[in-house]
Amino acid sequence: MTATETRSPDSPPIPPRERAGSPARPALLILGAIGLVATVWLVCNAFLAFAYYPQWFLHSKLLIGALGLVFGIGGAVVFFRFLNMIIEGLPSRLSEGLIPYAFLLPALALLGLMLIYPTVQTIVYSFANADSTAWVGLDNYRAIFGSGAFWQAMLNNFLWILIVPLITVAFGLAVAVLADKLSATGERVSKSMVFLPMSISFVGASTIWGLIYAFRPPGASQTGLLNAIVVALGGEPQAWLQIDAARLNSLLLMVILVWLQTGFAMVLISSAIKGVPEDTIEAGRMDGAGEARIFWQIIFPQVRPTLLAVFITVLILVLKVFDIIYVMTNGRDNTDVIANLYFRKLFVERQAGESSAIVVVLLVLIVPILIYQVRSFKAQEANR
Amino acid sequence: MMGTMKDGRPRSLLAIVTMVVLALLWTVPTIGLLVTSFRAREDVASSGWWDALLNPFGAGWTLANYERLFESTTAGSSLLNSVIVAVPATVLPIMFAAFAAYAFTFMRFPGRELLFILIVAVMVVPIQVAFQPMLDLLGPRGLGINGQFVAVWLLHTGFGMPLAVYTLRNYMATLPNSVIESAKIDGASHFQTFWRLAAPMSMPAIAAFATLQFLWVWNDLLIAKLFLGGGANKTVIVDLQQMLGTQGQGEELLTAGAFLSMVIPMIVFFSLQRFLVRGMTAGSVKG
Repeated sequence: MTATETRSPDSPPIPPRERAGSPARPALLILGAIGLVATVWLVCNAFLAFAYYPQWFLHSKLLIGALGLVFGIGGAVVFFRFLNMIIEGLPSRLSEGLIPYAFLLPALALLGLMLIYPTVQTIVYSFANADSTAWVGLDNYRAIFGSGAFWQAMLNNFLWILIVPLITVAFGLAVAVLADKLSATGERVSKSMVFLPMSISFVGASTIWGLIYAFRPPGASQTGLLNAIVVALGGEPQAWLQIDAARLNSLLLMVILVWLQTGFAMVLISSAIKGVPEDTIEAGRMDGAGEARIFWQIIFPQVRPTLLAVFITVLILVLKVFDIIYVMTNGRDNTDVIANLYFRKLFVERQAGESSAIVVVLLVLIVPILIYQVRSFKAQEANR
Repeated sequence: MMGTMKDGRPRSLLAIVTMVVLALLWTVPTIGLLVTSFRAREDVASSGWWDALLNPFGAGWTLANYERLFESTTAGSSLLNSVIVAVPATVLPIMFAAFAAYAFTFMRFPGRELLFILIVAVMVVPIQVAFQPMLDLLGPRGLGINGQFVAVWLLHTGFGMPLAVYTLRNYMATLPNSVIESAKIDGASHFQTFWRLAAPMSMPAIAAFATLQFLWVWNDLLIAKLFLGGGANKTVIVDLQQMLGTQGQGEELLTAGAFLSMVIPMIVFFSLQRFLVRGMTAGSVKG
C-alpha cells in the first residue's frame, strides 16, 4: 500500500518530491494555452502581412526576408516554450504520454498539409474534369492511356530509368576506386572536380551542355565543342538535339544528368570502399590474389549495399526528371518524359484532371520503390 | 614501373591517366561556360571558346557581358530574391525537424515506429503531387499569397521536412544514450534536455541538412516558377530559364547569367563540402 492511498482526502497534500509525480497546475496550463494561441496567431498574421501589405515593410525585400527569419525562428522557439508550459501544467501522468506528440506536432502538421493531403487530393482530382468541377469517372485515365504522347513519354522515362542509374553508379564506382589509388592530394583534387557539378542547378547544367551541343550550319565555324570535334575529324556538323534516331537526343540529355549525379554516387561509394576492413584485403593478398580479384571478390561484395542505395536514389530522381528536358527541348523531337508531360497538361493545356491522372501513374510507379525503401529502413534499424 | 608514393603504396599509371581524363571531362564543360562569359558577342559567334584559351592574349577578354547583365536585365534583383528565398527556407525547417527527431530518438510512445515509417515513405513521394492542391490553397482561390516569398518559404519548409527529420534522427540515434539518461536523472525535462544537450550535440547533422537544403532550394526551378512566378520576385534560376528561351538579342548574356547563378551555391559547396558529404552519407533521398 502506498502512502497516498492511506491518507484522508482532507489532509494537506504532500509536496511533490519530483516532477514525475506532480499534479495539474491550471495556471500554467491556461497561461501556456493563451501564449500558444497568441504566438500562432501573431506569426501567421505576420507572415500573411508580408504578402498582403508589403508597404508596411517599405516594399523592402531584404527587410521582409530578415523579418521572416526572425519571426520564423523566434516564433518556433516561443511556440515550443508555450507548448512545454502546457505539458508541465498537465498532471504528470498525462504529460509524459503527451509530450512526444507535442514535439512531433508541427513537423507532422506541415507534412500532412504539404505532402499527405495533396496526395489524396490529387488522386481525387484525377477523377474530375479539366477544372475540377465535376466527376468524370475514369475518363482521364482513358484519355492518357489512349494518347500516343503519354506512351512516348513513358517509353522515354523507361529508357532514362534503364540507362541513367546504372551508368551513374558505374562511373561513381570507377572514380571512387581509381581515386583511392592516387596520392592523397591527387585523390582530393580529382574527387572535388567530379563532385563540383553537384552544386550546379539543372538549368545551369543545361546551359553548360547547350554550349557543347550547339550547332551552326555546315561551313560556318562550329562553336559547339561536340560539332567542332566532329568537323575536325572530317564529319558533318549535326543539330544533335533534333536527332531522334536511336533516341540519340534523349541519350545526350541523359549525359547531363549522369554528369551532375556522378559526384554524388562517387562520394557515397568512396566512403563505403574506405569502410572495407583492411584485414579482409590483407587476407586476400596473403592468398596471392591479384588486384582485380581482390576488387571483385572482396571489395565489391562489401560495397554492394551502398551501390544499391545509390542506384535507388538516382532512380527516384530519374523518375521525376523535368528541368533538363523542359529547358533543353521541352519534349520536342520525341524527348518528352512523364514529368514534362504533366507540367504541360497542367499549366499549358489546363487539363487538371488528366495531369492529376499522370501524377497518379507516377505515384503507382514509385510504390514498389517506396516499399523497398521502407523494408531496407527496417532492416537497417534491426541491425542498429 | 613508376615506383611508390610517399605512403609506400605502389603508383598506378592506369589510375593516374584515367582519373586525369575523367576529372577533365567533368570540369571542361563548366570551364567552357566560364570562358565564354568573358568573351565579346562577335567572338562567341565566330569561334569556339577553346580558341580564346589557345590564344589568351589576343582573345579580347571583356567584362561587358556582366556589366550589361546588371545594367539592363533583372539579374541583380533576381540574385537578391534567390538569397531571400533560400536563407529562410533553409533555416525554418530545422527547428521543427529537430524537435520531431528528438521525440523519435529519445522517447517511447505508441505509434512511434509507424510515424517514422511514414516519414521514410513520404521522402519518396514526388512533389508534383502537391502542385495543384497547393496552388488552390495558396492562390487567389485560397489564401492569395501565391507569388510572395512567404508561399515559397512555406512550401520548402514542408517539402524539406521529411529529409530534415530523417537526417537529424539518424544522427541523434548515434549520440550516446547515457548522456541523455543522466540528464533525465538530474531532473531535466525533455524540453531542457533538447535545448542544452540534443540540439547542440546535433550541430554537425544540422549543418549537413542545411547545406543540402540550401543547394536544393537555390537550384530549384519548379517551385520557384509556379509559386513565385516570373515577375519581380523571380529567382535567379527562373531568370536563367527565361533567358534560355530567348534567341538573338541578349543571347550573349546567357553565359554570364548562368555563371552568376552558380557562384553562391559553389561558394557554399566548397566551404561546407564536408558537411554535405556527411549529410549524404546519412542516407538522404529527396522527394
